[in-house]
Amino acid sequence: MRFEAPTSVDAAIKLLEGEPGVVRILAGGTDVLVQLRYGQVEPDLMVDIKRIAAMRSIDEEDGGYRIGAAVSGIEIGAHAGLRKLWPGVVEAMELIGSTQIQGRATLVGNLCNASPAADSVPAMVAAEATCRIFGPNGHRDIPVHNLASAPGETTLGRAELVGSIYLPSRRPNSGDAYLRFIPRTEMDIAVVGTGVSLEMDLDGVCKNARVALGAVAARVLLVDEAASALIGSRVDAAALENLSHAAAAACSPIDDKRGTKEFRTKITGVLVRRTAQIALQRSQE
Amino acid sequence: MTQTHVSTIVNGDAVEFLCETDETLLDVLRDRLTLTGSKEGCGSGDCGACSILLDNRLVCSCLVLGVEAQDREIETIEGMASGDELHPLQRKFIEHAALQCGICTPGFLIAAKALLAQNPDPTETEVRYWLAGNLCRCTGYDKIITAVIDAAAEMRGNV
Repeated sequence: MRFEAPTSVDAAIKLLEGEPGVVRILAGGTDVLVQLRYGQVEPDLMVDIKRIAAMRSIDEEDGGYRIGAAVSGIEIGAHAGLRKLWPGVVEAMELIGSTQIQGRATLVGNLCNASPAADSVPAMVAAEATCRIFGPNGHRDIPVHNLASAPGETTLGRAELVGSIYLPSRRPNSGDAYLRFIPRTEMDIAVVGTGVSLEMDLDGVCKNARVALGAVAARVLLVDEAASALIGSRVDAAALENLSHAAAAACSPIDDKRGTKEFRTKITGVLVRRTAQIALQRSQE
Repeated sequence: MTQTHVSTIVNGDAVEFLCETDETLLDVLRDRLTLTGSKEGCGSGDCGACSILLDNRLVCSCLVLGVEAQDREIETIEGMASGDELHPLQRKFIEHAALQCGICTPGFLIAAKALLAQNPDPTETEVRYWLAGNLCRCTGYDKIITAVIDAAAEMRGNV
């Protein structure tokens, strides 16, 4: 395996372009090093992006924040502005792994690993985050929701990499939240994860909502029917009941050691309601 | 296969080594630098026995490549005591019998040191959450938590 640690995006893309074999990007390494150890991937080239300055920072941009691909969970959690703007996304990132993992793991890594149970992804999808993809023809921005195509697979083309996540500005009277269910309090993979972002008007009626579900399908789901259950309502008991039903109806989970289909579907209905209540409370703060 | 030359700092000393590109920093520390205090429990970032500080940040050295250490600063359990004088955390672990087989201990000590560096007066809950990534299969954690809280008190000067 050839190892390279370029200091610019252009140099990284040239390295990717020049390698005909298997390539892996190294940011926090908390997924790729495990895959390496278990022989799930045998890269010909590993490109460490942590020496690219632009990928190491969190920058304000148009009232939102751009988070570089090599920014770790601890750095995200310590960023007061980000925490204030999108607390649900920050909390989702912080749920991933231990203190040790937080010291290395990144939002972009969590996204590109393309696990349907990735904690940060439903929160980012609810927040309408975009990711910036660099490649041989420059860069393009796509919704975070469109990056993963199947478990472990992305829509990235040859010699492309994700350089950053953009979390947009937030409208007044809006809030977001993310909750996950695991059988213990720490250090586990989501059985179900639910992300909700909503915007209320001055009369206390929901104007906009986005509801995203993790670990209940092959990809993170953005559920329009669940958002519709909230929009136009006061997010009262009846609306939350409709939200639960709509979210549960969208689930198509697998049975595995973490939970059965029935369990995951039921938990989704409960968790999404609680998540919406937290988002509502935040919209009023 | 040609090996890569890496220059780094380990426990304050400039160190150079050769390693394979796919070799973990844990393997480099143990097998090439004979710093065998860091242990391999799981090799996949779940157990924390290989915890070290990399540029002052707590990480699992099994999830870092040796080649990533170029120009970085590493602190391992071997750098914790000052000569013959144990770090307060090390003393308190002995005092409270916070270890049995000892495999997890270096990781716990490094992780606890990182905690106290940024939070000198943690609550029990904060200690438990911070150390959630360090697994011990012998003690049941209570003695470890007590030792960390006691060491924190001593380090604050409230003995």
